[in-house]
Amino acid sequence: MSLTITKTPKCYVGGKFIRSESGRIYPIHRSNGEFFANIPLCTRKDLRNAVEAAAKAGSGWAARSPYNRAQILYRLAEMIEARRSEMQDALKLHGASTKDASTEVQATLDRIVHFAGWADKFEQILGSVNPVASSHFNFTITEPVGIVGILAPEDSPLLALMTLVLPAITAGNSVIAMVSKGAPYPAILLGEMLATSDLPGGVVNLLTGDRADTLPTFASHEHLRALSAVADAAEAKVLQEGAAESVKKVVLHDPDTDWFSDSHDSPYGIRSLTEAKTVWHPIGN
Amino acid sequence: MPARKSKSQARELLFGDLWEFDPAPESAPAHIDERYRLFINGKYVAPKSRKYFDTISPRNGRKLSEIAEANEADVDAAYSAAAKAFPKWSALPGKERGKYLFRIARLLQDRSREFAVAETLDGGKPIKESRDFDLPMAAAHFFYHAGWADKLDFVAPGRTLKPLGVVGQVIPWNFPLLMLAWKLAPALATGNTVVIKPAETTSVTALKFASILQDAGLPPGVVNFVTGAGETGAAVVNHPTAAKIAFTGSTGVGKLIQRSLAGTGKRLTLELGGKAANIVFEDAPIDQAVEGIINGIFFNQGHVCCAGSRLLVQENIATDFIARLKRRLAVLRVGDPLDKNTDVGAINSKEQLGKIRELVDAGIAQGAEIHQPSCKLPRKGFYFPPTLFTGVSQSQRIAREEIFGPVLSVLTFRTPDEAVEKANNTCYGLSAGVWTDKGSRILNMASSLKAGVVWANTYNKFDPSSPFGGYKESGFGREGGKHGLLDYAQLD
Repeated sequence: MSLTITKTPKCYVGGKFIRSESGRIYPIHRSNGEFFANIPLCTRKDLRNAVEAAAKAGSGWAARSPYNRAQILYRLAEMIEARRSEMQDALKLHGASTKDASTEVQATLDRIVHFAGWADKFEQILGSVNPVASSHFNFTITEPVGIVGILAPEDSPLLALMTLVLPAITAGNSVIAMVSKGAPYPAILLGEMLATSDLPGGVVNLLTGDRADTLPTFASHEHLRALSAVADAAEAKVLQEGAAESVKKVVLHDPDTDWFSDSHDSPYGIRSLTEAKTVWHPIGN
Repeated sequence: MPARKSKSQARELLFGDLWEFDPAPESAPAHIDERYRLFINGKYVAPKSRKYFDTISPRNGRKLSEIAEANEADVDAAYSAAAKAFPKWSALPGKERGKYLFRIARLLQDRSREFAVAETLDGGKPIKESRDFDLPMAAAHFFYHAGWADKLDFVAPGRTLKPLGVVGQVIPWNFPLLMLAWKLAPALATGNTVVIKPAETTSVTALKFASILQDAGLPPGVVNFVTGAGETGAAVVNHPTAAKIAFTGSTGVGKLIQRSLAGTGKRLTLELGGKAANIVFEDAPIDQAVEGIINGIFFNQGHVCCAGSRLLVQENIATDFIARLKRRLAVLRVGDPLDKNTDVGAINSKEQLGKIRELVDAGIAQGAEIHQPSCKLPRKGFYFPPTLFTGVSQSQRIAREEIFGPVLSVLTFRTPDEAVEKANNTCYGLSAGVWTDKGSRILNMASSLKAGVVWANTYNKFDPSSPFGGYKESGFGREGGKHGLLDYAQLD
């Protein structure tokens, strides 16, 4: 019997598969304690590089038509569905039961399809035409804030991550997400699926490692225009204090959030990661 | 024989001082008390601090009245009253809450002239602006939001809007009564109760407004006014009862507030500074654009967060356009804000006048060319002539920092892309103006400019139904329209 070719897990940044620039790693193990692989321990420098990658990709993604964004998100669901068993195994690697792994992948697929549908619809819910008293056509549209920093929780390593990523990218933002430290492998696999989903490289960037290493940089990096973070009270304080330096939006999620809840299926998560722009267009001859 | 075209430009008709306007002071009484106390739980009450401070009329530098200084105990009393009033107010059927707001709008319209004069005396803005803009717009905000109070199930499909609780609000001195209306109307329509702090230099109309709340029969404690300076503001912002803080003011103070709220779980909206670009293309309706640029920067002495303080004019028309601006500048009437002919009134405070002077000096020192019309300024009070800088580069302080005064910096551009790049080259993103005859260019520019409000062939237009607020370091949250309501509610 020939020896198995094991995969070297890498982060997905700027459409490429990278190790941490620091060369640092941490080992992860199967639930039976057996060694599985080494995972990159990303640094604040990795985060800054990812922000650069996201900035390069951002304007192109924001300029895609909503219909195109919808199809690309749907394509991501296709890519995950095709490799469903592999993704379930990734969840099981970190201790999920077969049933739980299956439920989480299904919920993730459903959520991706749900948001794919929002891409060309949320504007009609969130935007408005405003009946002003002067001779102007006045309307308010939503625009992406730019680059969004995401801090995913330890639990539901696939579903929670995607629940945070989807509203951001549906709106046309690009994201840098710090994924579950204890259960990073589903995100590693997700990176490979993103790479084949037609989503332009750099729109979703996934970092692995210890969030304590990068938290202050997430908070203070002025090119991150919003944060969407699952954080405890102490982390929330650090994020909000750092955010004040560049007046960035911080959307906090309770660590006890039920990620399977249908309440996430709404355009209001998109709203908090957008800017509202009001235009006064003259009416006249 | 055909008439020969003269090569020299037509001569201007210059009247000099030959036809001076007679003074035309507004004479309606402002009914300003000698002293104003705090307004807590439906009553005017003496401050526990026992302190009062003078409010100065910038028109002549004289004391206008004196205002109670709220300390922490006073702010605490205000929050207690607001918290006590919240259960009943928020449980009131929306249509009944709305009726109070309709009443307030009507009562404010009734006393509009009196309030306009008070606003001008206290803040220094020209009476024609307080009379024709601030007051009608403030009343309109109450009227608009009154109608929302019983329609909160229709704002966000699939959700209903629930109030947040007690909201703490801190407002600026540039549009004292209008900012009060922008803050109170949506907060009350959505069922919140309020503790609000006016700016220390402009508290008079807010405290007069409290009497309208009494006349309207608004339940005690629903709105509470605490007056004072920075320390009072800090007490309002940091009080544990506040479910949300709404602040309009400088970016510097906004950052302080955001930092101090970190980890408290309080919601926050910020409407902060700006350095707006007003962009004039070669095909713009030129006379209209000149008026718009002038209005964009000299409206309210330039004390406007969304003021068009950077003019970007296409290079091939720049010389002519600047000449026209200078001519228009020369006929602006600067002086007593109470005079009905005055275009540019008094600078709000001695302190603000100092800040404007400092930045204008920096503009000169950094090599920009200054132009000020010769105009006689009143000897007493705080005044600054309308000022235009040409030859400004993007790195100069007058192109980067918010001056908050009647000072326009002129830059040029060649292509639309260059205009966008220069316009967006700022930490702010509150507003922008575009002047062109081409509708498609308007929409293209509007989508490229990183600003919360884009005015095309107009400037400084506002409406209660039109959301207002900024990108980047100009803050977050919107005021006006359904967007503004959402920032005072939780989605259930």
